[in-house]
Amino acid sequence: MAGPAQPPRITVKVQQQDFDVGQLQAALLSGAAAEGAVTTFTGYVRRDNESRAVEVLELEHYPGMTEASIEAIALQAATRWPLLAASVVHRVGALSPGDQIVWVGVASTHREAAFSACEFIMDYLKTRAPFWKKEYCEGSEHWVSARRSDSARADRWKQG
Amino acid sequence: MLKVLFFARVREQLGCASLDYDWPEGGLDLDALQARLCAERGDSWCEVLGQDNIIRAVNQVVAMDNRVLCDGDEVAFFPPVTGG
Repeated sequence: MAGPAQPPRITVKVQQQDFDVGQLQAALLSGAAAEGAVTTFTGYVRRDNESRAVEVLELEHYPGMTEASIEAIALQAATRWPLLAASVVHRVGALSPGDQIVWVGVASTHREAAFSACEFIMDYLKTRAPFWKKEYCEGSEHWVSARRSDSARADRWKQG
Repeated sequence: MLKVLFFARVREQLGCASLDYDWPEGGLDLDALQARLCAERGDSWCEVLGQDNIIRAVNQVVAMDNRVLCDGDEVAFFPPVTGG
């Protein structure tokens, strides 16, 4: 599929503070992007993981590489689908169960591209962007292990 | 001088977030840097950096294979990522 004539607007933010999904979607649609379809994904901190009750989830990242790798993922999505805009916000620091952790928004002229690109960005973010989660539960702390199922989801995109 | 960074579980296991590594005469590649850190800092470093799933990045790009380093490069060692 050929991309649109204009390069897509891509924004990436890594921040401690919470975000407002309405504001993020409005920002995504500003300018020439309000046309066709928008797909968004919001991820929240789980209340329990592998049967442990999570009290605090702490996110570490690699400043600089994080932003660059997410931008590269979004640009890769834009070579596969005709995107008007893509935006990613990811929180770092100490979060609580139920907190918003990540937001991905994609605008395209067609819904199929918007759905696919949004999922592609999330799948690749989970396996390529340098974030690490540490859970604090019931007086103990441990680093979350990478999941095979996440790698398998990202690998699906290699076929298409 | 190389800037060497460690993240997450690797950082905690080493008790080190970053170090400056003097650029040696004759240069260095990624495997050689890892071998030197292992030889110079002892068994615990060997064990941590030798873990199968360790990921290496050079100048903030993941290096799947060994590669030549240049003076001034930033090298990072970290575990598989778990964001999103």
